[in-house]
Amino acid sequence: MNFKHKYVFLFPGLFVLIGILIFPIIFTIRLSLSGWNSYTPEMNFIGITNYIRLFTDDPRFWESFFRLSFLSVSTVILQYIIGFALALMVWREIKFKRFFRVIFLIPMMTTPVIMTVIWRTFFHESLGPVNDLLGHIGIGPILWLSDPVIAKFTVIIVEVWQWTPFMFLLLLAGLLSLPKEPFLAAAIDGASTFRKFVYVTFPLMAPISIGAIIIRLIEASKIMDTVFVLTSGGPGTATETSSFYIYIKGLREFQMGYAATLSFTYLVIMIISLTIIAKVLTKLMIKE
Amino acid sequence: MKIIKTCLTAIISSVMIFSPMAYADKWSDQFPHIKATGDIPGECSYESMSKKNYKGKTLKINTHAVPVMGEPTALHAEQFAKLTGAKVDVTHTPAGDLYAKAMVPFQAGQAPYDIVFGFSNFINDWRRYLEPVPKKYVEMKQMQDVTPSHIGIASWDGVMYQFPVDGDRHYLKYRKDVIDNPKYQKKYKADTGKELRVPRTWKEYGEMAAYFNDWDWDGDGEKEYGSAEVMKKDDLMYAAFYSRSAAYSKNPKTPGGFFFDLKTMKPLINNPGFVEALTDWVEATKYVPPGGINFGLGDEIGSFGGGQTLFSFSWDDAFVAAMQPDSPINNKVGAAQLPGAMKVWNRESNSWDEGFNQAPFFVWGWAVGVAKKSKEKEMAFDYLCFFANEANHQADIGIGRFGVNPFRDADFQADVWTQIGWDKDIAQSYVDTLAEMEKSKNRVFPLRVPGTFEFNAALATAAAKALAGQLSPQAALDEAAKQWEDILNRVGKDNVRKAYAVGVAMEDNKL
Repeated sequence: MNFKHKYVFLFPGLFVLIGILIFPIIFTIRLSLSGWNSYTPEMNFIGITNYIRLFTDDPRFWESFFRLSFLSVSTVILQYIIGFALALMVWREIKFKRFFRVIFLIPMMTTPVIMTVIWRTFFHESLGPVNDLLGHIGIGPILWLSDPVIAKFTVIIVEVWQWTPFMFLLLLAGLLSLPKEPFLAAAIDGASTFRKFVYVTFPLMAPISIGAIIIRLIEASKIMDTVFVLTSGGPGTATETSSFYIYIKGLREFQMGYAATLSFTYLVIMIISLTIIAKVLTKLMIKE
Repeated sequence: MKIIKTCLTAIISSVMIFSPMAYADKWSDQFPHIKATGDIPGECSYESMSKKNYKGKTLKINTHAVPVMGEPTALHAEQFAKLTGAKVDVTHTPAGDLYAKAMVPFQAGQAPYDIVFGFSNFINDWRRYLEPVPKKYVEMKQMQDVTPSHIGIASWDGVMYQFPVDGDRHYLKYRKDVIDNPKYQKKYKADTGKELRVPRTWKEYGEMAAYFNDWDWDGDGEKEYGSAEVMKKDDLMYAAFYSRSAAYSKNPKTPGGFFFDLKTMKPLINNPGFVEALTDWVEATKYVPPGGINFGLGDEIGSFGGGQTLFSFSWDDAFVAAMQPDSPINNKVGAAQLPGAMKVWNRESNSWDEGFNQAPFFVWGWAVGVAKKSKEKEMAFDYLCFFANEANHQADIGIGRFGVNPFRDADFQADVWTQIGWDKDIAQSYVDTLAEMEKSKNRVFPLRVPGTFEFNAALATAAAKALAGQLSPQAALDEAAKQWEDILNRVGKDNVRKAYAVGVAMEDNKL
């Protein structure tokens, strides 16, 4: 029997894949080999000049990358810890369980840009309510947005507030799907709550935890809107992340060719590093 | 007969005297924005526009975020729509994205916007995509009153690409009620041994700002601070830095470039003059309000205009905002030229020239053009002409948050400002300050070269690093100079030199 016609059914999906994934990547690679900018808006070929510039003469990109690594890893760890704690709380039989579940999800349902504008107002150092309240108890004013170190933690606070509910949701779904038998066995053995968590809940949740952490790491590594609205990468370049730096090079300074180089390099680095992180997490969290 | 004659004379006189007002009232009733003047006859007046019919057509505008320039754009769009029947879509974009928002479609050969707002120093990158302003607009009456320097700003090689809607320069704004206050003058003298006066130099500015920082000197129960400045990276902070640098680096004895040495195209921005200015600026982070290191233009306007600081320097907006009737410091502010310095760097002798030096910085401001690929060019130019008509212009320049500043000869008359409630001496000091800047022979003009956005962004990033304490002033400016060299190599030294020579000729008073 001839089954060649079956390939016809693959075409729609293939076209979509080529259109939305393959073509943009190939175009980005080609663009990265050009010097397209505001004064020479053309797809000329300049070889690997942009890549040489990136690897030999652009410390700002690498600084932004390491800053991004710090921000994304720390926010995701905090989100995981808080999200897990909240999920455990409403997993049990407590009063107003449904109410709390909805309340915990609200931050995630709000628009990040709008919420960041509100956070920026809260943290405004001379007009915002946070410093005003702290002032009443003799603290401050704290330079939430204009101290290079504190500004990073301000970004972390906003990110954790916004995205912990996502972690909470995934982990709660995981908890609700766990089998009951291991918990019954632990209870019969007289295991304490702590031991039940360490030896039963946490190991059973490991695959879900890894998935949730990786999803959040992918998202956190693209952090842009929070930084853009809250600090514009400042003070100085203290909160500038890779995606914000690429945006500046591409859409502010209009160095399209170089921005494509940064984007493609960043994509490769992220694919490699997230693969390694996933493997390391699997090794650490899942015991055979 | 005599009675009839008298009556006729009275009627004719009344018609002659009151007809312009009746004419004005007709439009100011519908459009309260121009209630102070009514409509003023002209090619693009309310009356003239009401005779145009753009029904069924849509005009698309990309402008700045509200309020600075965004608010008047939207207001005049609404008025224009009412008068002509056109549909006007206004898109608001943050300042840092105005360049790219126009450039992306420009380079793709598209025209999603008929009108694009930006800054006048974009002209070199944008002009190939903009429609030159048609002769009929260039020659019309309202354009004849625009100062020659602002006609020059809007033009390149004698062709006008940008429609003049704004005129900009940086100058000093100060709290007159403090600086001229005998009680504070005595106290300052007793505490510091120095005179309290309008600061002549940046060092004096810093000393006074530090002295009046972080205490309630106006008795309103709130703390006040020394200075409000645009220090936020990517929010025009490079212009603030150039303003602080001009006195230390623009040496009238060494013509041939402020940013580059025109002969060699070597960047000058890391010479000791610029480093001194950046060192002063880093010091200024100690006397700005909390969070002042993140102040953008809107914050600076709100801070000084709201009475929070002793000094400020930037565009007119903060001053005009402070002078509005609803301002807590209405008629309590003064204007003066930017402070100078007691030494200026001489790049030829490689040493400081001692003595007072002052150099105004003409920060060419908002600019607007019509896309070459627009299908509604006539309507677009009519809108811009209407935006800048005399009635709208007079109303707009009196509203600080609008960001529309003087650029016509008529604006430099004190009467224009006393009519909107300014004290006579303040109005006079304001127009004198602007006029003195026009007359100065030691001016600095902004970069208008290919890749200007890259140059300014590199400088702003370096300066921001110094302000944040990430780098020393010298290291930051060395980094910027290195980046300027790289940009020069990418763009081509000759390309940049050719364009820069035009600005240098203006600075050296050869144009």
